[in-house]
Amino acid sequence: MYRILERQDLTPNIHLFKIDAPRVAAKARAGQFVILRQGENGERIPLTLADWNKDEGSVTVVFMEVGLTTKKLALLQAGDALTDFAGPLGLPTHIENYGTVVCVAGGFAVATIMPIARALKEAGNRVITIMGARSQSLLFWEKEVGRYSDELIVITDDGSNGRKGLVTEPLRDILAKEGNGVTRVIAIGPTVMMKFSSKTSEPFKVKTIVSLNPIMVDGTGMCGCCRVSVGGVTRFACVDGPDFDGHEVDWDELMARQRTYLEQEASSLAQWQCQRGACAQEAR
Amino acid sequence: MAKANLDRKDMPRQSPEARAKNFEEVALGYTPDLTAFEASRCLNCPKKYCIGGCPVGIDIPAFIMALRENDLPRAARVLKEKNALPGVCGRVCPQETQCEAVCLLAKQKAPIAIGRLERYVADWERDHPSSEKTVIAPPSGKKVAVVGSGPAGLTCAAEMARLGHKVTMFEALHVAGGVLMYGIPEFRLPKDIVQGEVEYVRSLGVELELNAVVGKIDNVDELLSQGYDAVFLGTGAGLPLFLRVPGENLSGVYSANEFLTRVNLMKAYRFPEFDTPVKIGKKVAVIGGGNVAMDAARCALRLGADEVSIVYRRSEVELPARREEVENAKEEGIKFRFLTNPTKFLGDAKHQLLGMECIEMELGEPDASGRHRPIPKPDSAFTMDCDVAVVALGTTPNPLIAQTTSGLHVSHHGTVVASEATGRTNKAGVWAGGDVVTGSATVISAMGAAKRAAADMDRYLRGVEQTPA
Repeated sequence: MYRILERQDLTPNIHLFKIDAPRVAAKARAGQFVILRQGENGERIPLTLADWNKDEGSVTVVFMEVGLTTKKLALLQAGDALTDFAGPLGLPTHIENYGTVVCVAGGFAVATIMPIARALKEAGNRVITIMGARSQSLLFWEKEVGRYSDELIVITDDGSNGRKGLVTEPLRDILAKEGNGVTRVIAIGPTVMMKFSSKTSEPFKVKTIVSLNPIMVDGTGMCGCCRVSVGGVTRFACVDGPDFDGHEVDWDELMARQRTYLEQEASSLAQWQCQRGACAQEAR
Repeated sequence: MAKANLDRKDMPRQSPEARAKNFEEVALGYTPDLTAFEASRCLNCPKKYCIGGCPVGIDIPAFIMALRENDLPRAARVLKEKNALPGVCGRVCPQETQCEAVCLLAKQKAPIAIGRLERYVADWERDHPSSEKTVIAPPSGKKVAVVGSGPAGLTCAAEMARLGHKVTMFEALHVAGGVLMYGIPEFRLPKDIVQGEVEYVRSLGVELELNAVVGKIDNVDELLSQGYDAVFLGTGAGLPLFLRVPGENLSGVYSANEFLTRVNLMKAYRFPEFDTPVKIGKKVAVIGGGNVAMDAARCALRLGADEVSIVYRRSEVELPARREEVENAKEEGIKFRFLTNPTKFLGDAKHQLLGMECIEMELGEPDASGRHRPIPKPDSAFTMDCDVAVVALGTTPNPLIAQTTSGLHVSHHGTVVASEATGRTNKAGVWAGGDVVTGSATVISAMGAAKRAAADMDRYLRGVEQTPA
């Protein structure tokens, strides 16, 4: 049983679950992920670890409601249990004292950046964090991320909080201003945001690590669903990653693979929502 | 000896037209009459060649004689003595190259249908659960970790539990059974048959930990230091091989493992009732010629593809798949393109698969495998349309265990080095068997290896008992 110990709604559609999973907590490290499944008919989906507590035996994940599975998850409350929960999977983010690191977090990936920023800070780095979202209502954990950041830049598409614009803009400014002072960029968020963050840092020749989120099934190196071309070589994100050099990733291919099931996903979500609507009417 | 009866009975099957549209079992099983007749053909010869042909050494004449006397509980008992998974083996063992190949009647091309009889007994037992419990030896006080719950893991776990050891089986996925669950389709091996046999193994006292990726949670060294007296590695060969040609990562190109996992384990054929989708191709190309390729092709057809082709670089004679499955596939309408090899996957501007560039092959001299080497024919390139391609070229072991177990000998193919006779690895307290040692092979050969390993583990554990450290 993988009981939900605590639920927080970080924004109206971004939620945090703290889950009772002592075996995962005992081994978890920054940058790793879990595969979970909800319901006997559920699919297996990967979620990156936002936090863990070995003593308590708990693991924290953050997810945004986008598709069927995340919407089903959002119905769960503290005390409920997930059907399956396996991890920690993937390789941990490589942490050392690089000097100055810029962490770029897009959307709910702020939760993924948190343990990485913390580990970087603990390793002695100067950490500059750029967190961006479409709007203020989608922002969370400013204070928490700020705690592990020497400098925190907030940016929203609509200017409702912090600077108005995209995360690539402050990233370009910092790289332009600091020149070779920045030794590493870690960009995590939606694929398109990671792609353009990588494109932004490329001319500055600053090593840029991204955490890829291709579609996965087993997450243990068995199915090959999560394969990505990196530097012209096929790698499995679940066991060779999820972290890769953003300057070497074939982004268009990755995005095409992520779109493979768009139509089917939309139809199953619609059907599920319709069923729920119908049930609600019958109950009335 | 009585005159041999050469009238071997076929097993009823769903018609090709019907079964090409459903995922229900193709072969329907023998009726009681067919069973009685087939059992009556057994010569019960003094030299029991069939037992030697069985990798797990089932006393085949004894269970057939029990069947002949209509003593089904006894027949089931004889099977279970050597085989914890008779319902599985009765369906997917290549009997034609094992027990049935050495049957005396095989010389007249009419061996006893041992597999079908085994299946009949297993299914009967399933419908008539016995109150008779399997005899379990007194507790040895030893703890055994079995990593992987496929055919090898289940067999080793069952043997060790029967011998009185306390067994915990670790499974990375959310359900036990390994390749029996994710790899072999429902229409060849119903999943509730597999789960029934998993339950039997658990009934022997085996503890099952699901969602437990050994190497990511405790690794083998940690298991050994935390009180397990022996570890058996039955992690199989799950890492898919690819062609390594351009375009292989286009959307629409699957490994057979992914395609079959979606369909079999995650039940994508019942999408959207089940949440995991799979792409339904119009024109599907399956590359490879083994059982896995046949399974993938037949799944694609059942999902609703208009046309499914097996693309194989050698000729029909060299197809590694079981003859029966090739015939089933042909009857269902799967096309075969022999002496054909893809050289490139072609996509549109949106990275969606559109087709394959292929070349024709011809057969040269036999290679190391004894099969004729396929050689590209000059100027024979052509394109073949397809919107789904499934690459079924085989698998190698997942490197996770090798990477996280200190000092374990691994071959350059990624397989764990272990004695064929005992399953012992170079590492004290660690045994291995099945596909993780041999590379992808058959269910029954994995089970045979697991049995040999279990026997050796038992000797080791009892030896340790006699000489306390």
